[in-house]
Amino acid sequence: MQPIVDHSTSTSIGINDFAMKVANVNGTGSASANGLLMQAIFRMGIPVTGKNLFPSNIQGLPTWYEIRVSKDGYNARALDYDLMIAMNSQTYDRDVKELRSGGYLLYDSSWPLDPELHRDDVNFIGVPLAELCNKHFNDPRERILMKNIAYAGALCALIQVDMKIVEELLLEKFSAKPKLMASNNTALKLGHDYATNNFQCPLPFRLARMHSNDDKILIDGNTATALGCVYSGATVAAWYPITPSTSVMDAFKGFCEQFRKDKETGKNNFCILQSEDELAAIGMVIGASWNGARAFTSTSGPGISLMNELLGLAYYAEIPAVIIDVQRVGPSTGMPTRTQQGDLMSCAYASHGDTKHILLFPANPHECFEFAVKAFDLAEYFQTPVIMLSDLDIGMNDWVVPRMKWDDNYKPNRGRVLTNEEIEALPKFQRYFNEDENFVAARTLPGVNSKGAYFVRGSGHNKYGVYTEIPDEYQEVVDRLTQKHKASAKFVPAPIIKKREGAKFGVLTLGGCEGAVLEALDLLADRGIPADFLRVRGFPFSDEVVNFLEEHEYTFVIEQNRDAQLRSLLTIETPVAKSKLRSVLVYGGFPLSARHVIEGILGQLS
Amino acid sequence: MPSIVKPVAMHPSLKKNNLGLTVRDYEGSMSTLCAGCGHDSITAAIIRAFWELSTPPHRIAKLSGIGCSSKTPTYFVSGAHGFNSAHGRMPAIATGANAANRELLYIGVSGDGDSLSIGMGHMAHAIRRNLRMAYVIENNGVYGLTKGQFSASADIGSKSKKGEANRMSPIDPVMLALSLGATFVARSFSGDKEQLVPILKAAFSHRGFALIDVVSPCVTFNDHAGSTKSYLYSRQHQYKATESDFVPPASEIVAHIGMANGHVTESTSVTMHDGSVVKFRTLPEGYDPTNRQKVYSYLQEQQGKGEVPTGLLYLDESVGDVHEMNNTPDEALISVPYEKLCPGNAELQKLLDEFR
Repeated sequence: MQPIVDHSTSTSIGINDFAMKVANVNGTGSASANGLLMQAIFRMGIPVTGKNLFPSNIQGLPTWYEIRVSKDGYNARALDYDLMIAMNSQTYDRDVKELRSGGYLLYDSSWPLDPELHRDDVNFIGVPLAELCNKHFNDPRERILMKNIAYAGALCALIQVDMKIVEELLLEKFSAKPKLMASNNTALKLGHDYATNNFQCPLPFRLARMHSNDDKILIDGNTATALGCVYSGATVAAWYPITPSTSVMDAFKGFCEQFRKDKETGKNNFCILQSEDELAAIGMVIGASWNGARAFTSTSGPGISLMNELLGLAYYAEIPAVIIDVQRVGPSTGMPTRTQQGDLMSCAYASHGDTKHILLFPANPHECFEFAVKAFDLAEYFQTPVIMLSDLDIGMNDWVVPRMKWDDNYKPNRGRVLTNEEIEALPKFQRYFNEDENFVAARTLPGVNSKGAYFVRGSGHNKYGVYTEIPDEYQEVVDRLTQKHKASAKFVPAPIIKKREGAKFGVLTLGGCEGAVLEALDLLADRGIPADFLRVRGFPFSDEVVNFLEEHEYTFVIEQNRDAQLRSLLTIETPVAKSKLRSVLVYGGFPLSARHVIEGILGQLS
Repeated sequence: MPSIVKPVAMHPSLKKNNLGLTVRDYEGSMSTLCAGCGHDSITAAIIRAFWELSTPPHRIAKLSGIGCSSKTPTYFVSGAHGFNSAHGRMPAIATGANAANRELLYIGVSGDGDSLSIGMGHMAHAIRRNLRMAYVIENNGVYGLTKGQFSASADIGSKSKKGEANRMSPIDPVMLALSLGATFVARSFSGDKEQLVPILKAAFSHRGFALIDVVSPCVTFNDHAGSTKSYLYSRQHQYKATESDFVPPASEIVAHIGMANGHVTESTSVTMHDGSVVKFRTLPEGYDPTNRQKVYSYLQEQQGKGEVPTGLLYLDESVGDVHEMNNTPDEALISVPYEKLCPGNAELQKLLDEFR
């Protein structure tokens, strides 16, 4: 029995409240082991978050997976790790430093540790993973893959992951591959037994069953987005592969194969077009929407840059388009597998000339599902592009979210589209005229009636849709477009506001920052610094956002980009003085943590 | 010529087609192109072709990019929806439109700048998808709206109005399309309506991408001595390589495609997907309009001699279009009711059980 000296000084550790990080080499099969652990903890009913911090690479570079367990439901990254599983010698020196004092480090003791990397205030748990696997498996690839399952097995003993659940998950996953299942079970047991026989299990922090996930699911934002697109009735999807949005279309295709094969004819009630570039992808969406289909594209920052030209066309010619932007780190190629909220400005005003678009900001996969549907309703009603800004963190990480529900009474809002009879009844059809209370004019679809025919153009046109170069006629149309955009503020999802007694200032954020900000505000309130919270969920900004800014002496704007793009947008689009807005910016590419927020706010409170 | 207003009154003896429409019913607004522009002749041929086929105007969708050529869809079939998109992007817009509603007849009008420079990638990929549309390139070798720069189709040595000679090799849309797997490739001359109208009609019947390269001289910037896209040069150097007839479905009417002086061979017929027939009456010796390799070699050889062969040069009706490739329904996707598209809450809950 190898005793573990407990150097722990922290009091925060305990049951269902700790964080661990697995350091791996990418392409070695660690993702399935980490996913297995995450899912097992989820099934134990415990609030859990997994963040995959992976490189833009196929094999050989460092990759990390963080799992945070929080009985209170905090889902942001924790920057203090109680447990490190150090499986990558390339990053060992960095990884060992990230452990909190008194934390535990699990390493592969098949080889001796570099004494220089030792820390006196950390507990080292050596498990001879390679040795164990080499002894039990013959195939070289299997030996590498099974090391991952073996450390998962050790963790099952150390932090008390329910082995029954893990075995159940393996059964679900490999029921059709008995050989693989046997290997996995063997490896799992190797790790588990070694830890049980050699260490004092469990560790001071461990898991215990809860019931907080009964009505929850474990899903990533891109999958949820794709599902929303299926439920919205989207039939045409055009895209160019780009990280981190590719899985939106992969999932859409999968769901369409499942739900959209016509039962009678066997035909596909969908058409997915992999385009030659993003210019074509948005062009196809616009063409399909012109003909009355619900159509969308999914992309990331570089794709948005390329789509700029045609986004302006759709805006000016008033054609619906739904764009899913799963943001990554820019500028240029940036860091494709790292997260950022860097496309706000480029989306809000995408294209040359005076253009403004409707934006939606989901904060988690649940909202990705809802807002994807909303995006189509808004795009079709307002006859304009709607861009949903997700990001890599929301899109590609598995989140524990409330189970989505679908209202079977939902009817798509197709907007003002004239039927054949309505066109016939008109003395003359005029495209950009007779607008409703939200400044939307009725459109007609090709193929319906000659009387409804008109010429879509991105060139200057008057309210009848006819080419013009006359200043008044041109201005009349673009002025209505401004009013239409303003009117849409009432239709985008309302902000989430949480007020606290005695709040001295406001904190405003968006998207996936929510978890870290809410956690930070709880901790600040505990320290006697209460603050009000607002999360914007759409652009243009509604009156509630303006009122929130006006009723606070100052407001912190927390976002993940260098240039304070949300703050800029608030300054441009609301009457609030710039001096009332203070920025907290985190933009290195990893998801936000409460510590970032607290330090950012406290640093500016003096 | 915008200064001239179209007469409102119609001659009572104007012939009517099967829909009871006269050729005037297929016209659009007055052209604003230069007097004598080749593009206006192409517009007239398009009007003629639709009228002769009795195509219902509202079932036509006309698209274009940017440039002189791309203005022309306003000048024909005012009863059809039109889309004047952005420079080079028309094939992408048309692809999405066709995906959503396969039942309309799509005609795209483009130019050599639009299709061979800024939008070449889109055109190339529309060809690869065999997108069902008639795609007309009004090819004049020059940028007109920006006053006379060479386009990518300008021949080596061809002179600009200012006397400068082009030194870069030209992109030939016909050879390009053949190499990309196009299933309908034709070339004509704007001054030859007799040849162009039947080619257009065959293109409208084709199940797939029909590329028609029409040499269309620019009277203002590229009709001078030294230009290889002038009226004079075109008349002197082009000749009809193939001669064929277009027989619409269930019809005895024979339309002549070209008036070639080629060798009379045994007639080759291609039955189109909609039942119409293209009968090749005369072809050069050994020429097979359904053999891509042979057509390619023949054209290369002739063009090497400075000749510009015209006619319906290549035709393959056996390849499925974008819808066959995607297994989409026979009717328009937009006609599938929402109830069939949304799986409903029960299915959602069943599916979400897998996310636990």
